Amino acid sequence: MGLLGKQTWEFTNGVYVQSSGTAVGPRENLGLLKGTYDYAYEDLHCNEDNWELAERALLRNAISTTLKKADKNVEDIDVFLAGDLLNQNVTANFIARELQLPFLCMFGACSTSMETAALGAQLIDSGYAKLALAGTSSHNATAERQYRYPTEYGGQKPDSATFTVTGAGSILLSSKKSRIKVKCATIGTVQDLGLKNPFDMGSAMAPAAAYTIVQHFKDTNTTPDDYDLIVTGDLSAVGAPICEQLVKEEGYDMSGKYNDCGLLIYDRDNQEVFAGGSGCACSAVVTYSHLFQELKKGTYKKILVAATGALLSPTMIQQKESIPTISHAVVFESC
Amino acid sequence: MEFVYAFIVGGLICVVGQLLFEFTKLTPGHVMCIFVVIGSILDGFGIYDKLIEFAGAGATVPITSFGHSLLHGAMAEANQHGFVGIGMGIFSLTSSGISAAILFSFIVALLFKPKG
Repeated sequence: MGLLGKQTWEFTNGVYVQSSGTAVGPRENLGLLKGTYDYAYEDLHCNEDNWELAERALLRNAISTTLKKADKNVEDIDVFLAGDLLNQNVTANFIARELQLPFLCMFGACSTSMETAALGAQLIDSGYAKLALAGTSSHNATAERQYRYPTEYGGQKPDSATFTVTGAGSILLSSKKSRIKVKCATIGTVQDLGLKNPFDMGSAMAPAAAYTIVQHFKDTNTTPDDYDLIVTGDLSAVGAPICEQLVKEEGYDMSGKYNDCGLLIYDRDNQEVFAGGSGCACSAVVTYSHLFQELKKGTYKKILVAATGALLSPTMIQQKESIPTISHAVVFESC
Repeated sequence: MEFVYAFIVGGLICVVGQLLFEFTKLTPGHVMCIFVVIGSILDGFGIYDKLIEFAGAGATVPITSFGHSLLHGAMAEANQHGFVGIGMGIFSLTSSGISAAILFSFIVALLFKPKG
């Protein structure tokens, strides 16, 4: 039985990360994790003519690195799962057009990284795929234009705003034993406490992250002590303390174990990124580069990555709707 | 002295905008609209013309003067053509500003790549 408790999938047959690849923009490689990424573009345009092409270049780069590391070809893959932040998931769809693989396009906003990884792992575990490729991307300029203002407009931002990460990350999963095991995944529910400010997504997403993390502890009968690190995707300096507090109120103390990918990625003292990083790529590039490297080194034995997504629609914001949010969590173990 | 007044008045208008932005949930678009409306209302009472007389560019450069110009143009045409004149005149004084915005953005878009 793969279902643990109410919302957690346990991968009983063994699902392993064969390889992962990350590509980032210039600002990310000046941040706290500089040098950990597989590839860093020096130009925000990624040598392309427009921002959408640049985002596609990032995802294409991350995927080719992933395949190269595992010594696999595109044809070896059985299923491709991807999504991004843009309308109609154009980055994922257009990359899938090139790859010509059975493709499941997914949207979970910034939680897409763990959403695609969880479903990919599930397909491997259940035997519906032998080799699954999961990936996601975001680009600062494409996301800013769609969700806030075009950057050329120069609108001011409050300190609670986050800075969309330019980058892409992908992982290759199969049942073949490797250094990193995908232990289980907790699928989140949509939470909405009525927040409406697109410049404070950390506060909006914190309850979703807390809910998924608490549900994960309950389903798996674990506590924060069973993990070496618990990270959320992009709650930033505003949302991360709220999440930690909400989880604590449910009786699980994560102090000392908890961090947020949005805080890990940038050097907030020297880079103008407001409350921290956000975007699909935020949790993807931090997890698939830095955290995986630390798992391989043995710094961490078991980590819980709860990617957080604000299911924000600019049209719905104009209709005075609040922001629904979701979080999906995946446990990675070193072995 | 005119420069000092221009600096103070123009600066104060911007301070109001910044305060609105800091302490309310208004977006830049909201703040801009509020300023245009305030400019036209003040002009309706003849106050904005006095402010321009006093502060010069300090009052004509901020977006409030756009509201003032909208009303001025509309009223001038309305005097000649009656009610229909409001529609005819509303963009008459501001048309050069709007044309300039379109033209210069076009030129800039041709010459430069956005930096993101």
